[in-house]
Amino acid sequence: MNRLLEPLADLGHVVLSALARLGLVGRFFIGILTVLWFPVRRFSLLVREVYFSGFRSLLIVTVSGLFVGMVLAVQGYEVLQRFGSAESLGVLVALSLVRELGPVVTALLFAGRAGSATTAEIGLMQATDQIAAMDMMAINPMARIIAPRFLAAVISVPILACLFISAGIFGSYLVGVQLIGIDEGAFWSQMQASVDFRLDVINGLIKAVVFGVAIGLISVFEGYYAPPTAEGVSSATTRTVVVSSLTVLMLDFGLTVWMFRGLS
Amino acid sequence: MKRSKYDLAVGLFVAFGLMSLVFLALKVGNLAGYDSGEGYRIEARFDNIGGLKVRAAVKSAGVVVGRVEAIVLDPETYEAKTILRLDPRYRFSKDTIASILTSGLLGEQYVNLEVGGDSVYLGNGDRVVKTQPAMILEKLIGQFLFNKAAENTGSK
Repeated sequence: MNRLLEPLADLGHVVLSALARLGLVGRFFIGILTVLWFPVRRFSLLVREVYFSGFRSLLIVTVSGLFVGMVLAVQGYEVLQRFGSAESLGVLVALSLVRELGPVVTALLFAGRAGSATTAEIGLMQATDQIAAMDMMAINPMARIIAPRFLAAVISVPILACLFISAGIFGSYLVGVQLIGIDEGAFWSQMQASVDFRLDVINGLIKAVVFGVAIGLISVFEGYYAPPTAEGVSSATTRTVVVSSLTVLMLDFGLTVWMFRGLS
Repeated sequence: MKRSKYDLAVGLFVAFGLMSLVFLALKVGNLAGYDSGEGYRIEARFDNIGGLKVRAAVKSAGVVVGRVEAIVLDPETYEAKTILRLDPRYRFSKDTIASILTSGLLGEQYVNLEVGGDSVYLGNGDRVVKTQPAMILEKLIGQFLFNKAAENTGSK
């Protein structure tokens, strides 16, 4: 081939393989959706996965939420008191947590804490031929292994996001009201006046569900298609965290533009 | 039914999640005072609405009695036409004055209803005739400067 056309062919190869991988993800996703009823019927499978990815993430998520809320209170107070509106601290903290930080930071933590573990688990199952063995015994690995883990992520992320937001608001209450001494009544009442349940809380939860779908899909996909070597599993785990985080941030931008387009 | 050791933990997890959702709904959000779209609608036209937004409060004597439901510009008169949805518990007389005020120095703008003495009440679809537009700071300053200048030239 002409040496000059070589870089162009490289580019073409990159684009084509990226498209092929995207198609693979799409087919995999549809494959999961068709067997999604299985973990609902075999409920104990789902409970076990929610325990490992959701319940075991409780500590990291609530403690992070608490500290994020406390930091937001300190920084927010510093700026707000310049304008003499320190009482609006509750609004600032609640809106930023409910709309953005809650779902996004929870999703990032979840990808690091649970998504990576799921990928490593499935990747190792694949490497040690456990999944192939299951297939041999006429047990559908998509239904038995993949679907429960995917569904567990979709269920866990919104619940964890709720807890993160609540912990964050509690943290900002501790710092803002108890430590700095903002009026308690103003703190809560201004928050209640500005946070709309449908517009802010429900939209935040929709975001969390979407992030749960993205992280669940990416982590099971990377594990399922991980090269069956030690190196392959390790790079698949890394890729889960990187790709999930980037996907979450990009989805967040898209969702935010879409959800709050009619405002202001 | 056989219980696995995970059941209790997951049950706790989900219960915590629901509790925090209730906390978000009632303590952080405004679901408790959430209006379900009931009430009657009245129309008010203003020369200028300033920074009034849809969903802003409608107050009478400082009490929230409704919400601003829609704001459009009338293409014929070039007035801002607002639809106010009011709580059916409250009734206002025909000669009520609607004005746009600001809560606090930098607060949000809201519609204030000042009740008149008419014995006929506003009903669904009625129009508030007496309105007072929002204060625009630039106009006020301009007016103030103009008056000052006029005073000075008059005293010389």
